[in-house]
Amino acid sequence: MIELKNVSKTFTTGKKKVEALKDVSLKINKGEIYGVIGFSGAGKSTLIRCANLLERPTEGEVCIDGVDLTKLKKSQLRKTRGKIGMIFQHFNLLTTATVYENVARPLKLSKVPKHEIKERVDKYLKIVGLEEKKHVYPAQLSGGQKQRVAIARALAQEPEVLLSDEATSALDPNTTSSILELLLRVNKELGITIFLITHELDVIQRICDRVGVMHHGELVEEGSVIDVFTKPEHPQTRKFVFDEANFQVPDSVKKGLSATGRLVSLTFIGEASNEPFLAAITKKFDVVPSILAGGIDQLKASSVGKLLIHLQGDAAEVERAISYLEAQHVTVEEVAS
Amino acid sequence: MIAEFWTEWGTDITEAFWQTLLMTGISLAISILIGLPLGILLVMTRKGGQAENRVFYSIVNTIINIIRSIPFIILLFLLLPLTRALIGTTIGVEGVILPLVVYTAPYIARLMESALLEVNKGVIEAYESMGISTSKIIWSVILREARSTMILGLTIATIGLIGATAMAGLVGAGGLGDLAYQYGHLRFEPVVMYVVIIILIILVQAMQTLGNVLARRLRKD
Ligand SMILES: Nc1ncnc2c1ncn2[C@@H]1O[C@H](COP(=O)(O)OP(=O)(O)O)[C@@H](O)[C@H]1O
Ligand SMILES: [Mg+2]
Repeated sequence: MIELKNVSKTFTTGKKKVEALKDVSLKINKGEIYGVIGFSGAGKSTLIRCANLLERPTEGEVCIDGVDLTKLKKSQLRKTRGKIGMIFQHFNLLTTATVYENVARPLKLSKVPKHEIKERVDKYLKIVGLEEKKHVYPAQLSGGQKQRVAIARALAQEPEVLLSDEATSALDPNTTSSILELLLRVNKELGITIFLITHELDVIQRICDRVGVMHHGELVEEGSVIDVFTKPEHPQTRKFVFDEANFQVPDSVKKGLSATGRLVSLTFIGEASNEPFLAAITKKFDVVPSILAGGIDQLKASSVGKLLIHLQGDAAEVERAISYLEAQHVTVEEVAS
Repeated sequence: MIAEFWTEWGTDITEAFWQTLLMTGISLAISILIGLPLGILLVMTRKGGQAENRVFYSIVNTIINIIRSIPFIILLFLLLPLTRALIGTTIGVEGVILPLVVYTAPYIARLMESALLEVNKGVIEAYESMGISTSKIIWSVILREARSTMILGLTIATIGLIGATAMAGLVGAGGLGDLAYQYGHLRFEPVVMYVVIIILIILVQAMQTLGNVLARRLRKD
């Protein structure tokens, strides 16, 4: 569907050069929701803007259905962009046009027949749940409602892909949830592929199938959300995953505990959480596990549990208990103290 | 007393009033026709614009700055030979349109430029991302979104223009300024001058109010 091949982008302002993207390659399959996460300045916006050539890569190819956008003529590029919808952090609606006109005007400008415009606008305003607000101006809408209008505007183009540049970053948690629900529905019911970028782990957890992690312009890790969550490899990914699951145990406590045993974090997927593995290791080995903190994250496909435990006991015995846990598909990580 | 004054000066004042409106109207229309496209071009050719063009931008930018730094009264005399050559006369309403346009068009270009620059870049980008052509974006997005600010800008330009037409009285252009100068100053009829001043104040107030009302009506946020 979308394929970025060795994409690099360097911004030159005066004598200063910023390498916003360094040789990034990624492939987004039809029908999936692919999210890229990274801290501010990592190059996420530049990346997603390369996908529809709002930003032209310095090097590399951007292929949509096998067609390299960087080689298209202006008019062909415009046509292809019709297949790619985009939503933004700050909604980017016309302030001087009603909700209806905001969705209708791009269709008019794209020469969609009149009767079809009305049909489409009504259809998509209904899908986003704003048919009652048709004649209202954006200034009278909440942030979430504005984003819904922007989504309706993008959908009304009947695109195959939807790009989302931090679409929920300006919204409060409740509104974020409802917009994420809407994006999930758009993906499932309309079959639209979604490519999103965010700095919020929650967004990735809740709606993405696959995730990429960006750091200083590079895609440092990529995989299914479950894999990346349970077995993060790159230090940057671990920062994201474990920052969330840091459980806020004071350092002084950690220090005291690591003197009397080993402090480890356990990560397990869905089914594993049904098995009482902690009870099992107490029985099978001569160790005393005590739980310091824990939590369960609901991912799109399944849930991931995380526990911070202290294993007290003879070193060899603790080692065997850990091997047993790993055999049960529990990821065990030493917690630095 | 008022009746007496009006029988004596009524025709002159009415005629001068219409001349002022005519001068303002014609030069405003021509200045918009020149200034608005120029404003659009400035926005498009500036750095990061849709049709970035350093050379064009700096040339137009410099010319506008130069003209804008010449006081109208000087421009008026400076342009006399050109006016004579182009229009054939330097007096009356026709004789003063050229300097008024030269004075106002660059001002309008500036005002339009700043109004257009105020339009949210994000909205323009959203339309680009939907594959909509630059010319359509200019007409249906940028100009529409900027309408309110543009109206306010044009109001300012119009008021400046009314002031300039009054000065044009000095070269015998007719209009309220001419009347005030010829009779109020040269023939010492101060009442005529006061009446003209009051009419000008009312005219300017009316313009500003009209502009504000229109702009407010177009503004939806
Ligand atoms: N138009 C631009 N001109 C110059 N530098 C830019 C431009 N856009 C982005 N950058 C730089 O590129 C880097 C990545 O920016 P961005 O893609 O916006 O990151 P993110 O979206 O992850 O916060 C930053 O260092 C930013 O300053
Ligand atoms: Mg960004």
